[in-house]
Amino acid sequence: MLKKKGILRELYTNKILFFMLLPTMLYFFINNYLPMVGIYYAFVEFDFNKSLFHMNFVGLKNFEFLWKSGKLVELTLNTIGYNVVFILLGNVLSITVAILISEIKGKVFKKVTQSILFLPYFVSFVILSVIVFNLFNYEQGVLNSVLQQLGFDPVDVYSKPKLWIFFIIIFYLWKNFGYSMVIYLAAITGIGEDYYEAAKIDGANAFQRAWHITVPMLKNTFVILLLFALGSIMKGQFDLFYQMVGNNGLLYSTTDILDTYVYRSLRVTFDMGMATAAGVYQSLFGFTLIMVVNAIIRKINKDYALF
Amino acid sequence: MKIKEDSSTKWFRLIAYIVVLAGSIMCLLPFLLILSASLSSNASIMTDGYRLIPKEFSLEGYKVIFQIPDEVLRAYGVTAFVTVVGTLIGLLFMTMAGYVLQRKDFKYRNFFAFVIYFTTLFGGGLVPYYMLINNYLKFSNSMYALIWPGLMTPFLIILMRSFITSAVPDEVVESSKIDGANDFVIYYRIVLPLAVPGLATIGLFLALHYWNDWFSSAMYISDASKYQLQFYLYNIINTSNFLNSIGAGAGVTLSEGVPSETMKMSMAIVVTGPILLLYPFIQRYFVKGLTVGAVKG
Repeated sequence: MLKKKGILRELYTNKILFFMLLPTMLYFFINNYLPMVGIYYAFVEFDFNKSLFHMNFVGLKNFEFLWKSGKLVELTLNTIGYNVVFILLGNVLSITVAILISEIKGKVFKKVTQSILFLPYFVSFVILSVIVFNLFNYEQGVLNSVLQQLGFDPVDVYSKPKLWIFFIIIFYLWKNFGYSMVIYLAAITGIGEDYYEAAKIDGANAFQRAWHITVPMLKNTFVILLLFALGSIMKGQFDLFYQMVGNNGLLYSTTDILDTYVYRSLRVTFDMGMATAAGVYQSLFGFTLIMVVNAIIRKINKDYALF
Repeated sequence: MKIKEDSSTKWFRLIAYIVVLAGSIMCLLPFLLILSASLSSNASIMTDGYRLIPKEFSLEGYKVIFQIPDEVLRAYGVTAFVTVVGTLIGLLFMTMAGYVLQRKDFKYRNFFAFVIYFTTLFGGGLVPYYMLINNYLKFSNSMYALIWPGLMTPFLIILMRSFITSAVPDEVVESSKIDGANDFVIYYRIVLPLAVPGLATIGLFLALHYWNDWFSSAMYISDASKYQLQFYLYNIINTSNFLNSIGAGAGVTLSEGVPSETMKMSMAIVVTGPILLLYPFIQRYFVKGLTVGAVKG
């Protein structure tokens, strides 16, 4: 009873604050919490003419179909696999370049290159698909022009799924590494000069200073970025995969992730049963993964836990 | 005390210059390829392929686009409208939320912050979301479908909260309260002016999202006159039907006349142009935003 009184009193004294927060909370309620009810779609036979709770309940049938399609393992492995590579290579590259850029003395050179390295983050993924087309299309693509000039046969990369593993990783790095590089660069700027001076006096060379001072000092930033990335390990860069690969069935075996599969089932093949089941699988699996990872981190070091 | 630089420092710096320069070239090269192709004649692309420097200089790609400016301008208009309106509304709500969530005397701030944050951990997935927008809110084929989905994100609200915390000292708010100002007046008169750099940063994050969004059009818009600019470009690249209609509209015969290759590239330049022009200006705010977000987030 006392608690309820507290809430009412709080509501009264801070009514303006509550009122200012209201639009945001309403938005998240409608936009994010209401759709959670829609998880029920995965357990019914989809029918466009009926409302959700009037559709036929079919239990786990949609999941059964999804399992029997044999796609689930491949999709899960692709999604997690790409994300792990993205996280590892992305951080290694951003840390390396951030350290190197911080060594540069010329102010203008430093500013201009930093801006250029961050530029790909700002253009849309549709532009990325223009670039991919420009490079790889069979007749006029840059890749084949170069190959032919060097005396090789042209390659039709759109029929070689294995190659796309590299392309996707490379373009992920190209588009995104500037973002984390900027964050690391800010962290490096915050490291005190004294550490480096002391190391110099002790006779450490430039490489040793980078490895033994800068890299360890970036640990906190790395852990924060890592945790954010782990939180979305089951969601993968939909824009990147869809704009690079599109609806090119030849490449699905190596490039299809849960996000693209769900999108295609919903908007291209109109297989609602699959789309809902795969979507719910993705949400639940992802959520479980986060809870487990968070519990483990909590055990190791409480300060780093997400919540 | 100045210590003489050893040779390892020089080597290290040399490597730094080389790697950073090479990286910058890699980041810039694709844009130059597009730019070059947009300035080439279609015939030279058909025979020699895309190149870094145009073999035959020509503006025909741009000419075709601007011969039929209605569609391009309409797509530009849609994106501009959505970007401006979405950014303003999003900023209004998120500054208010950020302000409330950092008020120490607001008892339930952590609870509400967690309710917002939780949406990043768990969600209904794409199908329920599609049904919400399409069947329940009935936003399909309207500007609402383009504005609503990106209006607020947990990340930006938390970033806004950090910005306000660091820009507005608690004492300022407290003393205004003692002077009898109500919470909204404090927000409007004191917090907003002090938080202008944060507003600019978060406004730019939002605006960039809206400008680059193609997904909302792909999901919820079937009426081509309401396509966002990016989705309009996406269609040019991906549909041959579209080229036919362009050809007919521009009064060019289909088979040979449409400079399809250069037109795609010119369109890409037209779509990205504003971002590239504003980039030196907006880039600074992004760097600032990321720094605050990383330190305090």
